[in-house]
Amino acid sequence: MADFQLLRSLLYVPGNMPSMLQNIPLFHCDGVIIDLEDAVPLSEKDAARILVKRFLETYLERNKVVLVRINPLDSKWGFDDLGVVLPAHPDGIRLPKADTPEIVERLDTRLTEFEEEMGEEIGRFRILPSIESALGILNATGIARTSKRVFALAFGAEDYTVSMEIERTKEGEELFNARTRVLWAAKAAGIQAIDTIFADVNDMEGLRRETELIKRLGYTGKSLVNPRQIDVIHEVFAPKPDEIEYALQVIDAIKRARLMGTGVISLGGRMVDAPVVKRAVRVLRTAHAHGLVESVVDDEVVYGTE
Amino acid sequence: MVRNSLGRLVPETFAGRKVIPYRDPWSLQPDRERATRCLKRVNPGEEKLLGSLREAIAAAGLKDGMTISTHHALRNGDFLLNQLVRVIDSLGLRDIKIASSSIHPVHAELIPYIRKGVISGFECGVNGLIGELISRGELHCPVTVRSHGGRARSLITGEVPVDVAFIAAPCCDEYGNMNGVSGPSACGSIGYAMVDALHAGTVVAVTDSLVPYPATPISIPQTLVDYVVTVDRLGDPAKIVSTTTRITTDPIGLQIAKYAAMVIETSGCLKDGFAFQTGSGGIALAVADQVRSLMRKGNIRGSFGCGGITGYFVDMLEEGLFQTLFDVQCFDLRAVESMGKNRNHLEISADMYANPFNAGAVVNRLDCVILGATEVDTDFNVNVNTESNGYLLHNTGGHSDTAAGAKLSIIVAPSIRGRLPIVRDAVTTVTTPGETVDVIVTERGIAVNDRHAGLKEELIRRRAPVKDIRELREDICRVTGEPRPLEFEDAVVGLVEYRDGTIIDVIRKVKE
Repeated sequence: MADFQLLRSLLYVPGNMPSMLQNIPLFHCDGVIIDLEDAVPLSEKDAARILVKRFLETYLERNKVVLVRINPLDSKWGFDDLGVVLPAHPDGIRLPKADTPEIVERLDTRLTEFEEEMGEEIGRFRILPSIESALGILNATGIARTSKRVFALAFGAEDYTVSMEIERTKEGEELFNARTRVLWAAKAAGIQAIDTIFADVNDMEGLRRETELIKRLGYTGKSLVNPRQIDVIHEVFAPKPDEIEYALQVIDAIKRARLMGTGVISLGGRMVDAPVVKRAVRVLRTAHAHGLVESVVDDEVVYGTE
Repeated sequence: MVRNSLGRLVPETFAGRKVIPYRDPWSLQPDRERATRCLKRVNPGEEKLLGSLREAIAAAGLKDGMTISTHHALRNGDFLLNQLVRVIDSLGLRDIKIASSSIHPVHAELIPYIRKGVISGFECGVNGLIGELISRGELHCPVTVRSHGGRARSLITGEVPVDVAFIAAPCCDEYGNMNGVSGPSACGSIGYAMVDALHAGTVVAVTDSLVPYPATPISIPQTLVDYVVTVDRLGDPAKIVSTTTRITTDPIGLQIAKYAAMVIETSGCLKDGFAFQTGSGGIALAVADQVRSLMRKGNIRGSFGCGGITGYFVDMLEEGLFQTLFDVQCFDLRAVESMGKNRNHLEISADMYANPFNAGAVVNRLDCVILGATEVDTDFNVNVNTESNGYLLHNTGGHSDTAAGAKLSIIVAPSIRGRLPIVRDAVTTVTTPGETVDVIVTERGIAVNDRHAGLKEELIRRRAPVKDIRELREDICRVTGEPRPLEFEDAVVGLVEYRDGTIIDVIRKVKE
């Protein structure tokens, strides 16, 4: 997974449903979370694990990020899930109930052991911790910094509201503080923040409003429960024409700067340096994913050549 | 047996008639005059209203070996045909051919009468159990499957001489003027029956809603109708307008629709004057929905929408996205209601809709049609008649007519059905020849017929998932595996007639 991986949309797919698994390559989401946890009934935990492994073994031309949501590590299935699915090379693990840095560390250690056993590059398997309880919210800062594998924090509102003993509303006032806290923790650690699901699959306007809100707050992506939600989320995250225009100017400016042997340059009276370039690259990659610009910006533009 | 141009083996004769093998969609020229029937005279004071179907059958002079017809606008809610055949049997008549515009699953009630010899042939396609039993060799009754346009042609040329047409008339007066827009069995357009009214030897209007003279609007006029009969009920309203008329919510279906809309947009046909037809399935409606958004966005004023009409097209008409609707059959109550009140929602006959042998049918003016398939093959041939089990289960409808007529015919279908791939090396049955099919859209890719190199290039430029049709087939088979080929016996149990009357394929008995 590249550092700038677009993760606007992470679609949950139940790990026990072959008819849905087989369509994973077809959806236009940026990533999928194949679920072995809540979507899978207790009687099917073993079967789903094997099914997911088999599916991943046949899904060779990967065209999106593939995460597997394993069962919690303190459940009797969590480690077995890892043992079965990791050899089939998912990109990472979505870790439920990541309430403390220690839980993430346990997974980190286990992943390192697997990588060593399998002869894989250390750090290959990434981690997306789910912050979905009051305790998780309080520990978010630490969780975000636990391991280099953690590439983003995911907020899970359904479990969070249960842990708070409150109702989840479509307006989402009750989530505001938690959302912000997850976001701070992620941004402070320099990683992405992925928002929670929107459960009403028939309310596209509600989904649009919520996605607009979380985009304004600073989230870069959202988990989703139905492929029909993908388009709305992508539309909201699509850069506006003036954003793209400015990003193109930034890239142009930084290229000129590099030719002059510097990493900073002024553009229309505003300083262009690494963070500005990073943002521009993100805008252009998003724009490219939307078919709004022809080419992708490569990492050289951001970091220069050695 | 001889091979037609698609390599399908067809018999030289079938059910006593000479078979002309299919050559191509365009070149066959009609070599005869229109069929004629006797002139009639009804003097003042003479009445047409009879007491019962039994009386009407007698008055029409129905005899052993004759051909009757009904129309299928009441679809699976139709009571008439079953009722009619019961009376025909009770009169001791045998060897009757059915030349209705279509047969639905509700007509499985006819099976005992086929066994008994009351019915001895179908001059039309069949939906449901009858076709299955015929395919399995359990029912002996030759079938000739015809498209809507082809059926109109066969009546007009006299190839299928209908002796008596029994026309279900949801609203009718005692002198035979009728329409389908009101009454308890309102079905909207009765465009298929218009051809029967003009060409059958005797025309009997059957109604459950006799209104004072004159019944207006007049879809079929008194001048064509010999007798009028009342029955308690023509059909079950709940099943008359029962087709799927909701946009699919299946993500795969929606993805297919999105790709199809992309093809339409890329083709350049979506501009002022756009003429469009879709069926009523969930995916087709999803395409219509996408097209509607594109038309709104581009401020495009279309020419006409056509075919079986749904409320969806009615909305587009009312919104000004189309100037006119040409309606040969209403698919839902919104369409029925609209046809009754909107002067731009026109009822047309099956002849005007799709007959290849007239001075130009409406389908010839279509820019784009969205069609389904049970199977397609790497030559772009399409099957809608049989399923992967080889059974004849579906009628052709307007499939091959609109594919031939439209500038851009797009097939939309999920790539996998019941674990089987829908793209095959060769379809089980050819309904519509690949020469008239332009694009096949599945969720696993879009295949463009080589005749449209420009469209293919532009789609690739727009990053649409364009694949060679053979590559698409392989991609699908990687998921499904290669299905075991079906086995058929030599016995030909039915013909699939192309719209011009040539035989494009046959239905064979399935080896069980």
